Amino acid sequence: MIGHNGEVVVHVEDVHKSFGHLEVLRGINMQVHKGEVVVIFGRSGSGKSTLLRCINFLEDPTSGTIEVDGIRLVGGHRTKQQRDNIRQLRIRAGMVFQQFNLFPHMTTIENVMEGPVTVKDTPEHDARAMGLELLAKVGLADKADESPIRLSGGQQQRVAIARALAMEPKVMLFDEPTSALDPELIGEVLAVMKSLATDLHMTMMVVTHEMGFAREVANRMMFFHEGVILEEGPPDQLFNHTQNPETRTFLDAVL
Amino acid sequence: MKTESPGVGTGPPPGRSGRDAGLRERLEQFSLRIPYRAKLALVWLVIFVIFAVIFGAAQFDTQWMRDNWVFVVKGIWVTIFISVISIFGAVVLATLGSLGRLSKNPIAYGVSGFYTSFFRGTPLIVQLFLIYLALPQVGTNLALQFRDPLRDWIQTVTLLSPVMAGIVGLSLNYGAYMTEIFRAGIQSVSHGQSEAAEALGMTYKQKMRRIVLPQALRVIIPPTGNEFIAMMKDTALLSFLGAAIFWSDPFRRATLLGRADFKNMEALLVAAACYWALTAIFTFFQKKLETRVGKGYVRGGGGAPAAKLSSDLGVPLGHGGTLMNVPGGGPGGGAGMIELPVENEETDR
Repeated sequence: MIGHNGEVVVHVEDVHKSFGHLEVLRGINMQVHKGEVVVIFGRSGSGKSTLLRCINFLEDPTSGTIEVDGIRLVGGHRTKQQRDNIRQLRIRAGMVFQQFNLFPHMTTIENVMEGPVTVKDTPEHDARAMGLELLAKVGLADKADESPIRLSGGQQQRVAIARALAMEPKVMLFDEPTSALDPELIGEVLAVMKSLATDLHMTMMVVTHEMGFAREVANRMMFFHEGVILEEGPPDQLFNHTQNPETRTFLDAVL
Repeated sequence: MKTESPGVGTGPPPGRSGRDAGLRERLEQFSLRIPYRAKLALVWLVIFVIFAVIFGAAQFDTQWMRDNWVFVVKGIWVTIFISVISIFGAVVLATLGSLGRLSKNPIAYGVSGFYTSFFRGTPLIVQLFLIYLALPQVGTNLALQFRDPLRDWIQTVTLLSPVMAGIVGLSLNYGAYMTEIFRAGIQSVSHGQSEAAEALGMTYKQKMRRIVLPQALRVIIPPTGNEFIAMMKDTALLSFLGAAIFWSDPFRRATLLGRADFKNMEALLVAAACYWALTAIFTFFQKKLETRVGKGYVRGGGGAPAAKLSSDLGVPLGHGGTLMNVPGGGPGGGAGMIELPVENEETDR
């Protein structure tokens, strides 16, 4: 595979997740290597978002093991020790949400500084410097003191990316980052994500339906179907040579 | 011409003469020229005059009032003192209570459930008597079971002065009601905010202090102001605990004085005026506070939820109060701003 040097950043082992009687994840195994961009796609309800949310324990996996950058957690129970580990894991895995979820009572720069200052005890001065740098990186240096509610959806999502980056994560998890955006705003967010991959060599897991982005940026794609990974491989294989009728049907529908 | 109504649509009722119709028309014309507020003031004035006449006929002793009103009015300080301390106590209890009500921990949930159920389910006056009269009895008997430093301590903390008992009772009672206000306020902050905080690695405490509670305050503050105003009136119940004169509220002062001189009407009217003035003043400030904190942002911060919230409330996007006037605004486009609905039925005139 291209774009990584073999070091495993995310390791998912036999993860199951049920909501009541509904089994959303039915045994997921995967490894994501450093610098790799993995695009996860599939129908809604196929479990792709749930997997992402299980990786940073916003959902508790019913069973299975998740390891991010050496922090290893077993699903199914929550002890005090486990909760501390979950926080350690979350610091290493930046999350970008479909609905941005910026903090509306803070300015843009305060949103970006919040994680480092509150969670990592970074001195405010240093956090601000880093925050401004990150805002510049996502093209919003001039919006630092703006309230996020005055920004467009695309701008808000770019701030959300900067906020996640401020924790200096080992992996970035994108949960349908462009699905809530107006069509004309999608491009600017994808451009930022692309620059993360190409300039920063950030390890990324992206749940998205943006197949253009996947073709261009992904090292690997995974097709989720009814709670399992039905097919995975480099974009070229899935787009052009898939033998799987389910993958074929889905890609024909979205392309 | 005079038999025909010059008005539009409705003619004079049958049986009325043309002259009456003309008079009515002129009155209506005249009435239209008077501003609504002036009419309102006139209504109030008439009500006061009617009462003045009644009291005059009932040999209302204005001289006695002039001589004694200061004594009653001085009780206002007691009212304010007790209310201010009690509202702080109630806010602390409501914060804890609401976090308990929202907790998955069975102890926290159970304790807060018992607390709110009991203090909302029993009359305030009963609670006050329990704390003032029944608690010392429990304390005295309980103290016998223990040895001295503890025995002494139990007796001291269970024997409360009327004012202390009042503060404890009001705090507990209002804290229970305000628990629901706080709970609703916390729940009004979208789940996405909580998840974003957790995803950054925040602890529960950090999440609450930095992200959830600051946003919940917008919803919590206006009704808390209402509770404060209601509490000021309920301080009058402390009269029944029989505080010393210095620590007596206007109502107790009025009853003492009124009974002694058989001037109950005069004395109680002064007391009523005290509470009325207090609530009027604080309602005025509360309205100001309400419009200030009520101007808000869209919770959740996303384009889609903004649009959803907007359509739910029937408020057009981009109607952002003062926020809209900040110069140098970027494209507010997808985000949109609305004013949060202020949860207070008295807001509309």
